[in-house]
Amino acid sequence: MNTVAAPASAAKAITAHELTRRFGSFVAVDRITFDVTAGEVFGFLGANGAGKTTAIRMLTGLLSPSGGEATVAGFDIRTQTEQVRAHIGYMSQRFSLYDDLTVRENIRLYGGIYGLDDAAIKQRGDEILQELRFTPSDKAMVASLPLGWKQKLAFSVALVHRPAVVFLDEPTGGVDPITRRQFWELIYAAAERGTTVFVTTHYLDEAEYCDRLSIMVDGRIGALGTPSELKQQFGATSLDDVFVQLARAPGAQGAA
Amino acid sequence: MSAKKAGSIVALGAFMRKEVRHLLRDKQTLTILLLLPIAQLLLFGFAVRTDIHSVRVAVVAPSPDYATDALRARYQNSGRFELAPPVPTYDSLSALFRRGLIDVGVVLEPDIASRLRRGEPTRVLVVSDAIDPNTGTTMQNYARVILRDWQQGLGANAGGLVVDMRMRMRFNPTLESVNLFVPGLIALILTMVTSLMTAISLSREKERGTFEVLLVSPLHPWQIIVGKVLPYLALAMANVVTVLLAALLVFHVPFRGSITLLLAASTLFSLVGLALGVLIAAVTSSQLAAMLLALGGTMLPNTLLSGLIFPISSMPAPLQVVTNIFPARWFIEIVRGIMLKGVGIAELWQHLVVLTVMLVVLLVAAIRKTNVRLA
Repeated sequence: MNTVAAPASAAKAITAHELTRRFGSFVAVDRITFDVTAGEVFGFLGANGAGKTTAIRMLTGLLSPSGGEATVAGFDIRTQTEQVRAHIGYMSQRFSLYDDLTVRENIRLYGGIYGLDDAAIKQRGDEILQELRFTPSDKAMVASLPLGWKQKLAFSVALVHRPAVVFLDEPTGGVDPITRRQFWELIYAAAERGTTVFVTTHYLDEAEYCDRLSIMVDGRIGALGTPSELKQQFGATSLDDVFVQLARAPGAQGAA
Repeated sequence: MSAKKAGSIVALGAFMRKEVRHLLRDKQTLTILLLLPIAQLLLFGFAVRTDIHSVRVAVVAPSPDYATDALRARYQNSGRFELAPPVPTYDSLSALFRRGLIDVGVVLEPDIASRLRRGEPTRVLVVSDAIDPNTGTTMQNYARVILRDWQQGLGANAGGLVVDMRMRMRFNPTLESVNLFVPGLIALILTMVTSLMTAISLSREKERGTFEVLLVSPLHPWQIIVGKVLPYLALAMANVVTVLLAALLVFHVPFRGSITLLLAASTLFSLVGLALGVLIAAVTSSQLAAMLLALGGTMLPNTLLSGLIFPISSMPAPLQVVTNIFPARWFIEIVRGIMLKGVGIAELWQHLVVLTVMLVVLLVAAIRKTNVRLA
């Protein structure tokens, strides 16, 4: 109960302390503790079923924790869900713009949902299109855009209200390498503007781009640190090795 | 605080605008939704009838005597009729019809027994509720059979009674099937536009992942529901108006009651359907499942168990009880009452209360189920 009081975590965009989620007798997330510094690009890795999605759902307020505490953007995820929601952006692995609306209409929709007025929406829309060097017409239906554009646009729209923290759940699935590269440039640009980026991915080359990363194994955090720290710690040459070593470990324990 | 409130209205407005765009942009679906009701009205044949049980009959006997008692006993023992308490005058019969308490009225002349003694002929008027024309005719025929038996029974005792039978159909004198059908069609169209379309539209968002983004946003579940539902409510009301206009202009269906009450009842019924649609989307995980549940859970019962095609009075007793849980059953009676009988809130308030209770229950369930983030 004696967690960090709110002001102490001012420089922390996300704190989690013993955060736990059980489904019946199954512990999906088992007392994870970590924090993310403001402006950091934090990679959240783990094999399928390791508990990443459950953790992200708790942090974004889609699921209530069974135990432990967490704050996002300085707000308690249990008691201040409204403030949390107003200060975060979210882009899911499934594409999150509306196909039958135009580019502008999508921007207006999300701007409106986050309470921006018309002038602000117009201005942010212009900025987004300019930053993306968006070449198609802004009156084009999203359905007609190539996947790469859609994905980059979805990211920018998730940032339309300039959230303190943005959660990206496998944002680059199914995207070609060039677009992935461009996508990460967008992520860095957002981090430079002070937005904290919390990103899950299955691409370990992408994990290298993160300032720090955690690797979840069976509901717990198996490793946490900068990419080079992790490689050193596990005596590995690549994050791939680190990941494989970690993923094997619990299986070996289970067999013993 | 007020800034916050304003923000939430802005958010709701933005969300609703998106819904309207979805609706207007899918031209094909929109065209179908707007034209189908009229096409159905024009194409729908006459409804299937089966035989009828429990016909509620009232005997109007200005001066009760053994002859009138004999008739009452015959109705009582026929197995097909339910005998209402005696009615003294023809005028009080009217009120019973309007309140839907009886199906058939048998009006006798005074002093039947003395006429019988004197060997004078007597006249009998048979009136039946012909809102549903086929049922009305069938009920008249049943009533006539009993009268004939009665006549023969009396004749055997007293050497002959001439019964002059006159038939009169109440509310729908020309026996137009379309008069019966229009109220049911309105119910069907509203069910489709409300339950089916919202269930599909919401579950589509769940399937595509946009719903998750909405739940993570500052939008409240009630804002998502209201924003989803209002555009469809507008579409539903447009349907009511077009079907009514077509019915009045093309088929000259009578409209005897209050149009305001009808629109109010339609709004209430639509809201029930919309809440049901939201609930269906909340408990299903795919568009297909939502569509099947909406079809099987609302469209079918609202067609088959609402009295739209098969008269509720001819269903087996347990099924008659089951019909009570389907909103369309109540709504169709309301619309028939308003359009054909010209009755008002005094006769229909119970139906409106039932629909309101259904709305509240469904709405609470829908908001709870949509509020998945509290899981």
